[in-house]
Amino acid sequence: MFAYIVKRLLAGLVVLTLVSLSIFLLFWYGPSEPARAMCDSKTSNRCSPEKLEVFTEELGYNNPWASEFGNYVGGIVTGRDITVAGQTTRCEAPCLGLSYSTGKPVWEDMQSRIPATVSIAVGGASLYLLLGVPIGVAASKRRGTVADKTLVSSFLVISSIPYYLFALLVFLYFAVLYELPFVGQPGYTPLTENPAEWFGGLALAWICLGVFGCTAYTRYSRGAMVEALSEDYVRTAKAKGLPQRAVVYKHALRAALVPVVTIFGIDFGTLLAGTIFTEKIFDINGIGLWALNAVGQKDLPIVQATALFAAIALIVSNLVVDLLYSVLDPRVRLS
Amino acid sequence: MTEPFLVVEDLTVKFPTEDGLVNAVTELSYSVEQGRTLGIVGESGSGKSVSSMAVLGLHDARTARITGSIKVGGQEVVGLGESKLRKLRGREVAMIFQDALAALHPFYKVGSQLAEAYLVHHPSASKRDARRKAIEMLDRVGIPQPDRRVDDFPHQFSGGMRQRAMIAMGLINDPKLLIADEPTTALDVTVQAQILDLLQDLQREFDSAVIIITHDLGVIAEMADDILVMYGGRGVEHGPAKEVLTRPLMPYTWGLLSSVPDVAGDTAAKLVPIPGNPPSLLDPPSGCAFHPRCAHVGKVQGNLCSTTLPRLEPGPSGPGHLTRCHLSDPAAVFETEVLPVIAPDLLEES
Amino acid sequence: MTDVNHPPQHPENPAVAEGAELSTADREQKLSFAELADSGHAAAQLRTDVEPVLTVEDLKMWFPVRSSGLVRRTIGHVQAVDGISFQVPRGGSLGLVGESGCGKSTTGRLITRLYTPTAGSMRFGEKQVDLATMSNRELKPIRRDVQMIFQDPYTSLNPRHTVGAIIGAPLEVHKVVPKNKVLPRVQELLEIVGLNPEHYNRYPNEFSGGQRQRIGIARALTLNPKLLVADEPVSALDVSIQAQVINLLQELQAEFDIAFLFIAHDLAVVRHFCPEVAVMYLGKIVEIADRDSIYGHAHHPYTQALLSAVPDIKSAGHGRRERIRLEGDVPSPINPPSGCRFRTRCPLAQEICAKVEPPLLQIGPRHKVACHFAGEIGRHPATPVTAGLLGVDKQGSPDPGTTPQPVGTNPGYDKEWFDLDSQQMVSA
Repeated sequence: MFAYIVKRLLAGLVVLTLVSLSIFLLFWYGPSEPARAMCDSKTSNRCSPEKLEVFTEELGYNNPWASEFGNYVGGIVTGRDITVAGQTTRCEAPCLGLSYSTGKPVWEDMQSRIPATVSIAVGGASLYLLLGVPIGVAASKRRGTVADKTLVSSFLVISSIPYYLFALLVFLYFAVLYELPFVGQPGYTPLTENPAEWFGGLALAWICLGVFGCTAYTRYSRGAMVEALSEDYVRTAKAKGLPQRAVVYKHALRAALVPVVTIFGIDFGTLLAGTIFTEKIFDINGIGLWALNAVGQKDLPIVQATALFAAIALIVSNLVVDLLYSVLDPRVRLS
Repeated sequence: MTEPFLVVEDLTVKFPTEDGLVNAVTELSYSVEQGRTLGIVGESGSGKSVSSMAVLGLHDARTARITGSIKVGGQEVVGLGESKLRKLRGREVAMIFQDALAALHPFYKVGSQLAEAYLVHHPSASKRDARRKAIEMLDRVGIPQPDRRVDDFPHQFSGGMRQRAMIAMGLINDPKLLIADEPTTALDVTVQAQILDLLQDLQREFDSAVIIITHDLGVIAEMADDILVMYGGRGVEHGPAKEVLTRPLMPYTWGLLSSVPDVAGDTAAKLVPIPGNPPSLLDPPSGCAFHPRCAHVGKVQGNLCSTTLPRLEPGPSGPGHLTRCHLSDPAAVFETEVLPVIAPDLLEES
Repeated sequence: MTDVNHPPQHPENPAVAEGAELSTADREQKLSFAELADSGHAAAQLRTDVEPVLTVEDLKMWFPVRSSGLVRRTIGHVQAVDGISFQVPRGGSLGLVGESGCGKSTTGRLITRLYTPTAGSMRFGEKQVDLATMSNRELKPIRRDVQMIFQDPYTSLNPRHTVGAIIGAPLEVHKVVPKNKVLPRVQELLEIVGLNPEHYNRYPNEFSGGQRQRIGIARALTLNPKLLVADEPVSALDVSIQAQVINLLQELQAEFDIAFLFIAHDLAVVRHFCPEVAVMYLGKIVEIADRDSIYGHAHHPYTQALLSAVPDIKSAGHGRRERIRLEGDVPSPINPPSGCRFRTRCPLAQEICAKVEPPLLQIGPRHKVACHFAGEIGRHPATPVTAGLLGVDKQGSPDPGTTPQPVGTNPGYDKEWFDLDSQQMVSA
């Protein structure tokens, strides 16, 4: 087990290196002028070619890319001093560079944004399961009935709406037209500061993500349950004289959860990586929104940082899923 | 004479489907006494498993239409409520299934699955009691080191041990009727022999009634006191095992016997197949369901076979041996025509 | 997906009226039992005068077992097949029986080269080419001659291809007939295996299990093979359908002079189909002989136990017979017992069995057995019959007084054999 985790983490490290290297090279050899963002912000948008050349030199774009990449990776581990426009900034480990647009260490900004994204992801993903699985189980027990068919088709309709439209509609109806009692002004307030505002500000985002995402989970868990209910061991459980709920929940659901958990892990990782539409529409300063803006501003260090964060989120959630898998199914041996 | 423990009368099971009504079992009647073994033989789709599942009320009331009567220890099962059925299942009637790997839950330890079966019918027992009972049953069915193996998962057992565990689970509440649905089909022959020995020892010990469902005539021959042959959802021959297997009266039974080679029989014996395929249950043939495949239709006057369903009634060999066939003297046809082809050695003996 | 409460609508036959069609045909030309009996076959007879089409010598298949952990080292081998030798006569059939895990299916896959053997040779055909060492390129023309029939008629046919495409595919791959001749050949093959030739454009799911197995057989026949490896060809079929397929295979064998390696666990079916039978246990052949010697005069305790375990229809009403009970399970092929692999479950095992592996000793004109105490039931000798031949004493320790003789190296049968009664080499 331990060797397995180590092996997976090592593999993850390789993936992270490749991800950051490829983004690094994209900026290096891409068609844009990576120093312009910094130049614009430092000169209040009066960036002359000479100035640009200065910033290009200062940011290291005239050095070989390999040595700069080495500096970057070294900074993540030990931190480093970065000098721009005659000003030296101490960038503590994990140093992800200075933002080209603000000049502040990226990690400082990131720290304030991670809780917002994690809050959205945890809340939204919980609703995936809390709504999706029970509805799916209920539908599977009534397979083929009118209720089942209505549910399946109405959920199909929901999931065929483009998500951004769905989110806007939720915003319109629940925040503007009918003010729900627990819904506050959308936005992020740290949980530690004011739990009620934290909840009120995120509630709509959760509902939006949860309702939209749970349609898929209803489908998965309905399908997995239908399959599990037709397994021989469920028939055995019935033949033992177990009550219906033990048959459904202890025997069938336990088995049906395995495929659902697999998909959930990947979805949760994706949510952590950033929910761009949700953050944008509900005005939450999370990783997704940050990444979107950074791409627009060609702010390499932020793009790098968000990509690394997304990769870490996916790698870790995949690992957790696999570990969970071996806990849920004793036949699975990790190696 | 006491009433047999299980009495099935005119049992009919139909499943409405999109393609039409599946006539899985039609007007089936049989009974099993305490301490006796009934073998039910038939091919896939003959209704042998469907009828036995009805005994435990395992069919979904929403999808199955069941009529007729099934009396278990005097209690009517058809139409019985779910909560009363539950008291019957696993307690009065236990069932063991073909593929023990699929029939045991892969995520729970063998011991806890056994204990669960015990606890559900002994709500006052403690978990420790149930575990002790599980170990005792594992030991009883010949699993070595049962106190250790009780904490194994099913996949850690060999095929034979899984089937033993399945049997232990079936017998944990000392049921009066054990239904074994193809209990050895997935097993190797030496393991099959072990399991069949075990089943017989246990039956003697518990004095339970046993129904063994199989397509393997050899297994039936060794295990059953009585045999019911099913075809197209109906019983077509019913009688003492020796009678049915050595002096069968129904051409379908002849067909089964002539379709399987015998490991010790005459090598001059011919394998004579039954032509065609098993009947459609959606649209069963008129008259005798076997007539489209029967090679003896010509011996019956007119087109009786294709128009009139023969009744399951006593044949020439006595009141205990029933057959569903229009042939006037099936015993003679079997001895003069069939036996010389499929087992010439037996002819010389008799 | 099927529901527990919702049994398959029609397990054997899908709703399509294939079966009904056949029965209509039957109704028109109904066979009497006598005619039907004429179409049936008795057990296949042995021909001793033909040369072998396949000679397998010392064939081994060891699958590596790797450790878990950071570095995956090979920590052992599954000795699935460990040094087996036999011959299949041209147009004849050799049965390969044994319980799951004995290596019989692996052997079939080696011969069709789905696996590449670890060691040994498989000489095939008149030119005696060695299938074991050929590259895939060299094998391509040979694959026409060696075909396989699989157990499961439901998964071995591609559900998205028509029957015509399935049967015709080998013709196109090997470019044996021009494109416009493929269909007539497919229809001819369908007719040969007893299916309606007009059904070439149907899909596998429109056929019943028995009919699908016929399709599998037609596909195997497409290129006029010389050797068919049949791996449990009837065990997934209903009893009444099994006999149809066995009869069909017997007819095809006679008509096209096809040799069979018939792999099955059903000893009665093998007895009917194969004049010669090899019994495998844990990767080794423990006994190989003609039908009468195996089924009537088995000399190996495993063969005897296997045969006594088969339930017998004639036992009806007598209850269960006394049988040789084998305790426990088959040991792991990763670390098989030393000496004789059967010794851990053998009622006869003695010291020598753990020390020395018994050679496959020829004890009759067509009978070889690998046991130190070979003998019929109740007549096993008290001292090892092999000790003198192997140059060891009764306990299996090397005996300087005797010289070992080469035993059990010929994949076929010798003119001379070791007579158990006289303890001498004799000949016919």
